Amino acid sequence: MGANGDLIWLLGGLFGVLLAASAVGEGLRRAKGRNNPVVENLIDRVNAWWVMVVVMGGALIFGRTGVVVLFGLCSFAALREFVTLTDTRRADHWALMAAFFVVLPVQYVLVWHDWVGMYSVLIPVYAFLMLPILTALRGETDRFLARVAELQWALMICVFCVSHVAALLSLDIPGFEGRNVLLIAFLVVVVQGSDVAQYVWGKLLGKTKIAPKLSPSKTVEGFVGGALTAVLIGAALSWLTPFTPLQAGGMALVIVLMGFFGGLVMSAIKRDRGVKDWGHLIAGHGGFIDRLDSVIFSAPIFFHLTRWYWSLT
Amino acid sequence: MNFGARVAAMAIVVFARAVTAAQARWQGCGPEAVQRVYFANHTSNGDFVLLWSVLPGALKQQTRPVAALDYWLSTPIRAFLGRQVFNAVLIDRRPEERKEDPVAQMAQALDDGSSLILFPEGGRNTTEAPLLPFKTGLYHLAKTRPTVDLVPVWIANLNRVMPKGEVVPVPLICTVTFGAPMHLGVDEEKAAFLERASQALAALAPANARGAV
Repeated sequence: MGANGDLIWLLGGLFGVLLAASAVGEGLRRAKGRNNPVVENLIDRVNAWWVMVVVMGGALIFGRTGVVVLFGLCSFAALREFVTLTDTRRADHWALMAAFFVVLPVQYVLVWHDWVGMYSVLIPVYAFLMLPILTALRGETDRFLARVAELQWALMICVFCVSHVAALLSLDIPGFEGRNVLLIAFLVVVVQGSDVAQYVWGKLLGKTKIAPKLSPSKTVEGFVGGALTAVLIGAALSWLTPFTPLQAGGMALVIVLMGFFGGLVMSAIKRDRGVKDWGHLIAGHGGFIDRLDSVIFSAPIFFHLTRWYWSLT
Repeated sequence: MNFGARVAAMAIVVFARAVTAAQARWQGCGPEAVQRVYFANHTSNGDFVLLWSVLPGALKQQTRPVAALDYWLSTPIRAFLGRQVFNAVLIDRRPEERKEDPVAQMAQALDDGSSLILFPEGGRNTTEAPLLPFKTGLYHLAKTRPTVDLVPVWIANLNRVMPKGEVVPVPLICTVTFGAPMHLGVDEEKAAFLERASQALAALAPANARGAV
């Protein structure tokens, strides 16, 4: 069966899960009334999931262009949120313009062209060296190192890491030709499934806090339950991937661990800046980075592990 | 509004939203179709566009910015935007040259049923202080039309999107916070009223230094 056939099966399954979630939300609303904030937040989240699954599924079915455009827009929204929380000055304006209007589009054009050697170094090498030059030329030295470092971090997180989801299309895996979008589907479903499972297990059993300072809602019970669930989801989705069920479960474990600790890192940044969410664009979820943080940390690692062991390029 | 102006207005709103993801926070009042004078802090030429773009459609139609004639009539494009698109109440900031009294012009616009957007600092604030001292226009307007709601509006972060002297805006998230309506008190002195209005506006500034989230 073609990649789109498999995708449609997967989407059908996700729609089933979302229908069930919407039914649960509606049932809870009837039982507890319209003013229960936990229930309303749950319904907001499920509604946002509907939009995300439809948009994501549409982009994947659309193929390369759809994926590159979708993740390019995600990078744009994420970078806008990240830079909003950094200390920008008038003297950073040229560097910011270069980040938004040169580095971001060029990175995605390179991804679109499968130029692995170039999109792997554009931000870590070229942007890393050029943007501080642009900033230095403006002559403002107050907090120079902090400003330059914040912008580089913003680009690594929001553009470099996010673009590695779309970059999965560049891998050349023997016997898996034309099916690379399924790697994206696998990554996204495992990451988001893990987030949802951690939330649900945490609400059901959560007692012991893992990182009370960083993220008071994360518990050991939620994490372990969520990780196990996600490994099972990963193994069960091995038919989408070039991996055996055992390998798929192992990949899911790596993805979940990176996603979890990535979430902690991003929470630490939010605490440092005194905000609860990165933005306000997705009802019930906060900003784009709040929804992407686990993908951000797992995508490049998943990309390179798959590339190292399975891909010819 | 004619067709060209409608297209231009839509393009400007889409552009402002794409750059700033602007969010309206109706803190002290709701987006109701009540006649109001919105008075806001002024740090960027884009201020009234952003405020205007977060208003719901029906309110957009009836809300007119109060703007400086010498700036908005200086080029044909600005004149088109000012007159046709935003239907601005153009006032002359130069007392020695003006033919019409600005307060009378604003009162006339209110009498015609419009709401107004006003920047009581009189010009763009490029200092580190949150607000410049208010000019007296807001007081005189409140005195001639005492029943109209005066709504303070804080626009956060737009000065970082396009700092003074830069031409290309950088995308950053902005918020527009609407406070509780206020009125001129009976027997309230000019200085006391302007101080009270200024404090009501400054109190809306987000506590977080970055302002937006």
